[in-house]
Amino acid sequence: MSFPWAKEYTPKVPLMKWLDDRLPLPRFVYNAVGGGYPVPRNLNFFWNFGVLSGLALVIQIVTGIIMAMHYGANDAVAFWTVEHTMRDVNAGWLMRYAHANGASFFFIVVYLHIFRGLYFGSYKAPREMIWLLGLVIFLLMMATAFMGYVLPWGQMSYWGAKVITGLFGAIPVVGEPIQTWLLGGFAPGNAALNRFFSLHYLLPFVIAAVVILHIWALHIPGSSNPTGVEVKGPQDTVPFHPYYTAKDGFGAGVFFIAFAIMVYFAPNFLGHPDNYIEANPLSTPAHIVPEWYFWPFYAILRAFTVDFFFIPAKLLGVLAMFASILLLFFLPWLDTSPVRSGRYRPLFRKFYWILLLDVLVLGYCGGAPAEEPFVMISQVAAAYYFAHFLIILPLIAAYEKPLPLPGSITEAVLAKHGETAAPAAVPAE
Amino acid sequence: MVRIGAFLVGLFFSGWLLVSFLFGAVAYVSDPPAPTAEKEFHLVPRHVAFSFDGPLGHYDKQQLQRGFQVFKEVCSACHSLKFVAFRDLEALGYNEAEVKAIAKGWAIKTPDVDPATGEASSRDPVPADHFPKPFANDVAARAANNNAVPPDLSLMAKARHHGPAYIYSLLTGFQDQPADLIAKFPDSKTPEGLHYNPYFANLNLAMAPPLTAEGQVTYAEGQPKPTVDQMSQDVAAFLTWAAEPKMETRKSAGFAVLLFLIIATGLAYMSYRNIWADEKH
Repeated sequence: MSFPWAKEYTPKVPLMKWLDDRLPLPRFVYNAVGGGYPVPRNLNFFWNFGVLSGLALVIQIVTGIIMAMHYGANDAVAFWTVEHTMRDVNAGWLMRYAHANGASFFFIVVYLHIFRGLYFGSYKAPREMIWLLGLVIFLLMMATAFMGYVLPWGQMSYWGAKVITGLFGAIPVVGEPIQTWLLGGFAPGNAALNRFFSLHYLLPFVIAAVVILHIWALHIPGSSNPTGVEVKGPQDTVPFHPYYTAKDGFGAGVFFIAFAIMVYFAPNFLGHPDNYIEANPLSTPAHIVPEWYFWPFYAILRAFTVDFFFIPAKLLGVLAMFASILLLFFLPWLDTSPVRSGRYRPLFRKFYWILLLDVLVLGYCGGAPAEEPFVMISQVAAAYYFAHFLIILPLIAAYEKPLPLPGSITEAVLAKHGETAAPAAVPAE
Repeated sequence: MVRIGAFLVGLFFSGWLLVSFLFGAVAYVSDPPAPTAEKEFHLVPRHVAFSFDGPLGHYDKQQLQRGFQVFKEVCSACHSLKFVAFRDLEALGYNEAEVKAIAKGWAIKTPDVDPATGEASSRDPVPADHFPKPFANDVAARAANNNAVPPDLSLMAKARHHGPAYIYSLLTGFQDQPADLIAKFPDSKTPEGLHYNPYFANLNLAMAPPLTAEGQVTYAEGQPKPTVDQMSQDVAAFLTWAAEPKMETRKSAGFAVLLFLIIATGLAYMSYRNIWADEKH
């Protein structure tokens, strides 16, 4: 779909016309990310992170495929082959550091993308499907990242695998058989390492497929924008190319600069030193922590310390951790306010910033040892997390008085520049 | 329906978390966590300035050679360096012939198979070989070392927080157990056969102080005096190189990449401004 004023693809050279009649791939690209996709003209830099997430996925696939050429998925040699890549493969150190830090950067840009959607109400009708598919991508990313972290077969790889698959062991009755079935044994070993490698290679391509659905769903209603007011006419939009390709090009440059600083000058800053110790089933690390991007969820997992009658605390923690992500699938129906953008929602905005702070506090506690006072802090923070989405947001939607919305995107843009729109330029909806 | 269900789920999770918090808070106040010797006496590594610190830092080849000498004469008696090959030593400034000689003269031999009989044998290492391990297996290592396996040192500088500073602090940190530690935690007395060191995670380690006297290793003419402090710094530098042999390549590539990216991003910014020049947004 597109807006009626979207430019149509017109092949100029005979070859492209010949191709267009038989396989309209250039037309498809033109309508997806070219001049044929009209985009609101008022997007701010927070709208760069979708393209940057796609870029991060490409970096991970390219560096990952190259590393797989030098990797041996066998518990006897895995650690050794990773060191071999680091020392003896041409630019192997670059591929590995880019891949390890690339995972972190993928999560950084995706978290910014998600929090942009939360602030500007991008999950609301008619864009629910984009939000749901985005969450599917997020879940797939988490599974992929977890399995990827196991592959170097260091201490954190091994014990992380043990802890995370142990979560399934918390399920009553069938939990332990499921855990054994998932691992292919009673503890992580060669069977687990092999299947994790196989799935770690597969899932990025599943992610790529869901990304295509995500973008397809985006092109039905078109992109949202910071005002949250829908596009009303041609004056509200600019073609994706060259306007947003240029803006994304600049955004990609900034992304690459930040990425290069980490990869070349602090490649181990985001990693854990214990993963440079080879996996040893007989020696448990003092503090088992996942990678930083899982810390908020890890904090929620560990926040449950008291049994609820017949439900053990461990199972509650597991349920809460999964619930903390699954509840986001219901967000479009929990926040019923017709106003999308946080700019025009004074009460929502205050709670939004509290949520952001809350997630950062959860993240900090998730990375800290499971000791007091961190457990108590994560209990309060996790309580707020659930209350925010499940109780507070629906109430705000019911009671908040939103600020007046601008009549159109163009009106908002011109108001910013101290001008007023000619009323005739805004056709009726 | 969705909102009623969500409200109940939210009430359950948030409510139970607050209940758990109250339980925890009461326990924390009525029965605060007991102090432990590890908590109170463990120290973070001391700061040392190394030539390879910072984005512009480079390895000091003289220092790496001195550190290698300490490793060779002291550490290698018990510790392996299995991910490093003799050929890698050329990065320390040794030429091909010197590396060949170092490999040939290495005290531990490389395990091999007799080409005629197929029986296990050993031979002098060649530059292509990795450093041979001092013990045939972990059982032998334990038997010879008070039931503790001396860890491989190839990645030690990356496998501990503050790697090089940790190695330096540990090597210079052996001392008698403080009297106030024993007074406060009588159960935490260093067990027989272990050695007190506040930089070690649980304060007591099986390794005896390896560097004990000035001049334990004889440095070449023109090098600094081989004090325990100097030798510890040198071997920490050598192990940093062993863990991260590509560091110099990495940093210099980083500067070239950043220079390119900054120019490219500047151009991208200008074309972005140019394209948007007459579109208000």
